[in-house]
Amino acid sequence: MAKNDLISGSIWDEYSNQVIKRMDEPTHQGEITEEMAKEAGGKLIVADFGAESCGDAVRLYWVVNETTDVIVNSKFKSFGCGTAIASSDVMAELCIGKTVDEAIKITNIDVEKALRDHPDVPAVPPQKMHCSVMAYDVIKKAASTYKGVDMESLESEIIVCECARVSLATLQEVIKLNNLQTVEEVTDYTKAGAFCKSCIKPGGHEAKDIYLVDILKDVHAEMEHDKLKQAADASAAGQSSFDKMTIVQRIKLIDEVLDGEIRPMLAMDGGNMEIIDIKENTPHYDIYIRYLGACNGCASGDTGTLYAIESVLKQKVDENIRVLPI
Amino acid sequence: MEVYLDNNATTKVDPEVFKAMEPFFCHIYGNPNSLHKFGAGTHPKMVEALNYLYEGINAADADDIIITANATESINTVIKGIWIDKILNGNKNHIITSEVEHPAVTATCRFLESQGVNVTYLPVDENGTLDASLIKEHIKEETALVSIMWANNETGKIFPIKEIGAICKEAGVAFHTDATQAIGKIRVDVQACNVNYLSFSAHKFHGPKGVGGTYVQKGFELTPLLHGGEQMGGHRAGTVDVASMVGMGLAMKLATSEIALAYEENHVKKLRDKLENAILEIPETIVIGGKENRTPNTTLISFRGVEGESMLWDMNQKTIGASTGSACASEDLEANPVMNAFGSDSELAHTGVRFSLSRFNTEEEIDYAITVIKNAVNRLRNISSSYAYTPKDHVSQL
Repeated sequence: MAKNDLISGSIWDEYSNQVIKRMDEPTHQGEITEEMAKEAGGKLIVADFGAESCGDAVRLYWVVNETTDVIVNSKFKSFGCGTAIASSDVMAELCIGKTVDEAIKITNIDVEKALRDHPDVPAVPPQKMHCSVMAYDVIKKAASTYKGVDMESLESEIIVCECARVSLATLQEVIKLNNLQTVEEVTDYTKAGAFCKSCIKPGGHEAKDIYLVDILKDVHAEMEHDKLKQAADASAAGQSSFDKMTIVQRIKLIDEVLDGEIRPMLAMDGGNMEIIDIKENTPHYDIYIRYLGACNGCASGDTGTLYAIESVLKQKVDENIRVLPI
Repeated sequence: MEVYLDNNATTKVDPEVFKAMEPFFCHIYGNPNSLHKFGAGTHPKMVEALNYLYEGINAADADDIIITANATESINTVIKGIWIDKILNGNKNHIITSEVEHPAVTATCRFLESQGVNVTYLPVDENGTLDASLIKEHIKEETALVSIMWANNETGKIFPIKEIGAICKEAGVAFHTDATQAIGKIRVDVQACNVNYLSFSAHKFHGPKGVGGTYVQKGFELTPLLHGGEQMGGHRAGTVDVASMVGMGLAMKLATSEIALAYEENHVKKLRDKLENAILEIPETIVIGGKENRTPNTTLISFRGVEGESMLWDMNQKTIGASTGSACASEDLEANPVMNAFGSDSELAHTGVRFSLSRFNTEEEIDYAITVIKNAVNRLRNISSSYAYTPKDHVSQL
């Protein structure tokens, strides 16, 4: 939420002139019959696709030259808002002259970019990006019909954000690599969730199989698991360094050193000590201790004894350790 | 020609109302809570405005009408107040409402559900009508409140408020109604209908935006949503917006007089029917929810094969303003629940266009709108895949 989000404006104001022009006068709207396809020397392909959530639907017609696989003509009919009609119109236009394999590569991003008046200014408001996805899907449907294969076989990746075409694998990798903590950070890095927002969490415009909040949670759980496993493996192999240890491992190691080197010395004077907490204070590790028995209130607790404890821990555990009595 | 047919969204301020408000910005500007003459000078007009509000809904002198910022604040105050009084501090944990309420009611109830309150959302039938006997069926010992709108904003359907009021009274359950779409269109009488709480908003009946009210029957509590000063008898803190209050009072008077309501029932309804009948000459168009028992200014029409936002777009190109519940037209892209509540035909949720008139519409405007609407439907059906390829059993399903 920011200043620009506080007063929502008319979404129509954010349509490019291209969107408006194609909405008002779509140039590739219409039907192609078997006879027309025959006259054009190609095979007629008809594909339907509907976006259940917003009720939009599109029918795409192709005339494909079966020798070259080139789409020689393309038209559409569309039930939808202005953006859906404009997207369908430009989508039909982009298909003409391409082979079917080339057409499959046309994404909704290409459709939206073709509708821009200026290369850097989006053609539609974020929540309308969704309408261009339908155009992308119907191309896949037409291609699968032409090739006689399942539509799903033309999609090799699991797409989480259809508006920005961001895959699950990409999201997992980026979250892990950059240790992203929030959905906002994920959106900043990948653009996923920046448009219609359906993929962020359940309850949006369209129900999804997987959401960014879940991916974030799963990747962090996986990272945490990996971290624990690494710590356990390193410990088992005797190769664990203090900075890679879990908090429990750190306490255990410090206690072992204290038991071996410090506590016998304190016990001789009737004293003892306990660890209260360990805090990472990069580059230091601050170990909070409390003196017990005769050490509690002893004048050297803040001077000689403290120096001795810290020196031993620095030497035996990690040179960045600082000991702080409370 | 510009034609505004979206009066269920908001109305233009009646020039007479505007004139009455004007002195309170620069000339009579004292804080009504101040003791000096500048403050005291506002009182007579505030009293007059309050009287108009009481008369407008037939509230008794012993009852309260609390001035709020809008109906949404009023609704939140009532429902959350009940939550505090009867649910947090009592042993009741159940609210009954309908599936087709304004989001001010449903979103508040959803919030309370997240706090552990049980809410029953009653469905409407295929005509968008609520069966009052459903209320009786669902009231139980734990029911703290029944909140049902007086008239629906999308269809204009008038709900059986009198029957619901009687049922609630008999069961000893508090009854709140959102009368935002009823005031100024039909007679609203809180005493005749056993209403305990009622919410309204001035900008729906040619008053200013930013002001509304809450009726509270004597003997019923209202926990403040806004705490602070002692304004409104401690029920709603904050310096009273005198200009808005005066405007709302006069707007209420103008909208609820016998003459005004007769004008709605005759002139506005006549124009609405003219528009509706002309539209229904277009093949495969229907009035969603049917024609019976509606406010006189509203018609919700489905044009088969024509998506709502596209229709609004074409009309807007010809300077006609209307409204749609279609998912594509809304900021959050969620289809209007009122459209979805009809259930039997998913196409309705996307093809419904609401035309809502007011006393300021003219016959010339309606004639112009009819021409524009017919042309738009023709153009969009020519593009439409839905119109070209789906079975034409649209009308028979309803």
